[in-house]
Amino acid sequence: MDEEIDTRKINSSFLREHNYATEADIISTVEFNSSGELLATGDKGGRVVVFQREQESKNQPHRRGEYNVYSTFQSHEPEFDYLKSLEIEEKINKIRWLPQQNAAYFLLSTNDKTVKLWKISERDKRPEGYNLKDEDGRIRDPTTITALRVPVLRPMDLMVEATPRRVFSNAHTYHINSISVNSDYETYMSTDDLRINLWNLEITNRSFNIVDIKPSNMEELTEVITAAEFHPNHCNTFVYSSSKGSIRLCDMRAAALCDNHSKFFEEPEDPSNRSFFSEIISSISDVKFSHSGRYLMTRDYLTVKVWDLNMENKPLETYQVHDYLRSKLCSLYENDCIFDKFECVWNGTDSVLMTGSYNNFFRMFDRNTKRDVTLEASRENSKPRAILKPRKVCVGGKRRKDEISVDSLDFSKKILHTAWHPSENIIAVAATNNLYIFQDKVN
Amino acid sequence: MDVSAEAKRVMVQALSKLYSSRSQRGGLRLHRSLLLTLVMKSARDIYHSARAACESQELQESQELQGKAAEPPSDPPPPLEKPQQQEEQEEASMEEEVSSPEVSLEVPQRCTQPELDQENRSPARADRHSRKRRGKTATEPDFLPCKRAKMDTGEVLRILQDASLRSNAAGNCARGTDTLPSANTHMPRTVATC
Repeated sequence: MDEEIDTRKINSSFLREHNYATEADIISTVEFNSSGELLATGDKGGRVVVFQREQESKNQPHRRGEYNVYSTFQSHEPEFDYLKSLEIEEKINKIRWLPQQNAAYFLLSTNDKTVKLWKISERDKRPEGYNLKDEDGRIRDPTTITALRVPVLRPMDLMVEATPRRVFSNAHTYHINSISVNSDYETYMSTDDLRINLWNLEITNRSFNIVDIKPSNMEELTEVITAAEFHPNHCNTFVYSSSKGSIRLCDMRAAALCDNHSKFFEEPEDPSNRSFFSEIISSISDVKFSHSGRYLMTRDYLTVKVWDLNMENKPLETYQVHDYLRSKLCSLYENDCIFDKFECVWNGTDSVLMTGSYNNFFRMFDRNTKRDVTLEASRENSKPRAILKPRKVCVGGKRRKDEISVDSLDFSKKILHTAWHPSENIIAVAATNNLYIFQDKVN
Repeated sequence: MDVSAEAKRVMVQALSKLYSSRSQRGGLRLHRSLLLTLVMKSARDIYHSARAACESQELQESQELQGKAAEPPSDPPPPLEKPQQQEEQEEASMEEEVSSPEVSLEVPQRCTQPELDQENRSPARADRHSRKRRGKTATEPDFLPCKRAKMDTGEVLRILQDASLRSNAAGNCARGTDTLPSANTHMPRTVATC
């Protein structure tokens, strides 16, 4: 599929140009809001950058709705837990937008331990003409005041401010890996390795534990929770994935504690593929409901699977993301890449899946035509408004001209986080510390 | 032998990754530690079964060579006992969140000399006729870093336990249940914090 490129860099300082990216700038999460007007990114330094789509203008039709920086704020700071003598990273693990209910925008952002609700609002007027203080804010000498006036609101330059409205803390012993807003718009859940907690968006001093898989004897621990999400339409249903490659669907109406699942999705392991690393590569790194709520998508190290909620014993579809890595698992284990957690996303109509890979490649799978494409997010190949060229990895034998061999792949350039606009063909791809936004070609 | 060499390599790397994760910023990652422990266990099992298969093969060959009159060589039970003993040892030594470094001390020794019961037999059995003192390095596997000062095992275990108490292993303090500092432990399901 042809794509027009509109590259955006978060930082364009000298250091970034030469790839000496500071670790704090590494993007750790990307998320469109429900209308697609806003795009939020979180990074390892605890900052959130929100982009807003330009209104389309008639005099520049080819610059169709570009994304510009709208707001930047420090969401989380590094903390120190004195009781356990450990540092709490400020890295933003997930951002989730709340549906818009008024002029302000709300999002939830989380690090390993604390979830925060941020309000992003615009201010374009300010009051002028106070009686007791002058325009600079200095207190006026009361004896100089001879007349009273009513302050009036005058327009000012647009200012976007972000304020923390709620802080949800002290509820997780282990590291938070997901948050998910419920379709009731009143509650959300936060998930760590062993527990899932349900919160009310208004109440910060209490949360309810709804799933707890911690064994009484930690030596018996065999699996952890890797991701969880609420059903898009049914406020009582949610799923969580495990490190063993299974997904459990739970119904909150059945019991207060959802330790017993309603449905259990697991594909039996193929014994011919057994290796030292079978457990690691079967661990699910991301789970996403389709927009329709009928399907589930899961990502493990080598594949993306689509599950029908009505069929638990095997996935509906399985897509190979980078099967050529199956023979390289040992080296990927040595350089730690085998532990990378890739995310996956649906497009707005649930017909295309997207996920990332190495060498700044990302893959798209069309569920209807069964075609797939590999694209690259890199500065060298992406001039603004250029068409992205499909890439191909050569798995052995003769390497054709434009192909790249498996051994030349750069494993330090990984695309873990991607996002798809809820209704249009616009995608955001995070490549380490750079954000790429691609749109469909305009004819 | 290739399988067992690879298994050994995988185990060693798992151990070094577990070690280095203790000093990582943000504390121990439970998921990663669990995966490493699983990898190590499966590599250890494969290593042992490969060694056992190799030994039983050697056993068969030596029996054939020596004929029926020969005395039975080193007993089969030790290799079979070893995995079980080791597993118990490992289970017992696994701390709250991560398999502790105690494992790393025990596992390699047993791995490389499964035909010798370290506790009950003299390690110098093979060369007891030699008057030369066996150096520590000769008994230790070659892939472990060499420590010059040798400490009493009990002291080592105590020090490691202290270290893991100070680490991110939640729940190492006396409480067996939830370990949130401000949680009400008598309400395990509703976490009330103020």
